Amino acid sequence: MLAIYRREMRSYFTTSTGYVFLAISLALSGFMLGFTTLLMGTSDTSTYFAIMLFMLLIFLPILTMKIFSEEKRTKTEQLLLTAPIRISSMVLGKFFAAFTMFIISMAASSLNFFIVFRYAVNDNITSSGPNIAMLMGNMFALLLVGMVFIAIGMFVSSLTENQFAAVLITILILLFLLLVGAFNSLITSNAVRAVLDWLSIYSRFKNFSYGMFDIGALIYYISVAGVFIFLTVRVFEARRVK
Amino acid sequence: MVEIKNLVKKYGTKYALDDISFNINKGEILGFLGPNGAGKSTTMNIITGYLAPTSGNVLVDGVDIFDDPIGVKKKIGFLPEQPPLYIDMTVWEYLSFVFDLKGCEFNKKKHLEEICELVKIADVEKRLIRNLSKGYRQRVGIAQALVGNPEFIIFDEPTVGLDPKQIIEIRNLMRNLGKSHTVILSTHILPEVQAICDRIVVINEGKIIADEKTPSLNNALGQNNRFHVKVSGPQKEVMALLRNLMGVTSVSVVGEREGDAFTYLVENSPNIDIRKSMFRALADKGWPMLGMEPVGAELEDVFIKLINRRS
Repeated sequence: MLAIYRREMRSYFTTSTGYVFLAISLALSGFMLGFTTLLMGTSDTSTYFAIMLFMLLIFLPILTMKIFSEEKRTKTEQLLLTAPIRISSMVLGKFFAAFTMFIISMAASSLNFFIVFRYAVNDNITSSGPNIAMLMGNMFALLLVGMVFIAIGMFVSSLTENQFAAVLITILILLFLLLVGAFNSLITSNAVRAVLDWLSIYSRFKNFSYGMFDIGALIYYISVAGVFIFLTVRVFEARRVK
Repeated sequence: MVEIKNLVKKYGTKYALDDISFNINKGEILGFLGPNGAGKSTTMNIITGYLAPTSGNVLVDGVDIFDDPIGVKKKIGFLPEQPPLYIDMTVWEYLSFVFDLKGCEFNKKKHLEEICELVKIADVEKRLIRNLSKGYRQRVGIAQALVGNPEFIIFDEPTVGLDPKQIIEIRNLMRNLGKSHTVILSTHILPEVQAICDRIVVINEGKIIADEKTPSLNNALGQNNRFHVKVSGPQKEVMALLRNLMGVTSVSVVGEREGDAFTYLVENSPNIDIRKSMFRALADKGWPMLGMEPVGAELEDVFIKLINRRS
């Protein structure tokens, strides 16, 4: 697993992928933060995080589209699949590498908050000043949602050798998961509402965004990511089953 | 030893492999010969655990790859048809990744240096694979298969797309490897297996049609039964003379005329060497023989012969 992880990390920085991902994610997060706080004259970051949730749709597929599609196209997957390693360690190595990249970009973008804090405190726009607990909760939730999205993107990537198709399908699935809660108010059946609410990635985000630690949501996000990692392993194992 | 037992691979309703069985003995160089689409790559992909068969199994030293995938894969080095190279890495980085991937437990630097020396890529160690020529890439692919010192080395069409000089180098390398490893190599080029392999398994349309030691296969195919002979002399009379020699079964004119010399394709029945009598007969008539060379069988002829022999 470690060998795969190291190679993936290396390849993010020796090809353009890692730089393109970091550039786009930092540009988007910087712009959105500036737009929603500094320009609006507030240190309330809730709008910023709500928007960032959708921004993940745009920049996470950059990270995941190549994970397996590229290996399939260049036939290097034959090396990995005939090497004496478990398929699960191959999949996990790649997953953690992509997740690490995402963490790096989020860590770098959080430097922006210092600017917001500085002006917020000095100008005393809000009576209480920026809420650290809310900020941490939001960041943590964003990382969890990103983790789920990476697992889904990786799964889609294992199904096709066409990177463009991988991006498109990933965005559609993620969009569905994000918006499924939004249609809830239009539905009268309680049962359907409950199912849609359960599926919704967005509804679990709420507690975190108020600065509360929601253990149920944490387990939910980890489970969903786990399911897609498992499905990815199955995609490769299915070919090996008689 | 690798035992291949009743392998069947179906793609939809089409049989890529139709019940093939053969053994690969320790220490031999086995040639796996067949035209494109015969099932060579499919067989090799199944042996290495990349694909699963529809039915049948492969035992490596008595162990099924399904029961102990990691243990079996450790014993096998594999060069697929297209070398699995990460072109954004240098040769050394790539081999060192493969070393870690395979979980090898000996001195990395020494091991990789030995391999680079053996396959003659030490001079490009620091270069990006992206910038290497096809011949070098093929050798890096071979090096990758050798990492971890596996007992069985499987090469799928290792000389395809190389120039003649590179082909000779790769063949020599295969022969060398055969001294210390069990080598299985697939190809659609008959002279290639004849030159390198101890034993030849011939496959066509998913079925094995021959499995013999190289010399006995050569006999069965009637090597040394066909010659191109270039003779300077009157065409009709030369042909009549050659036809009357003992053992000759057919004579025809092939190729271009050169002055008064023609090239004839002479076929003779097996077990009779006509070369000396042919030389003497022509010399007696005063028609100089300008050249004589045996004609190897074409792969198509081989298949027709082998299939006919079976039925």
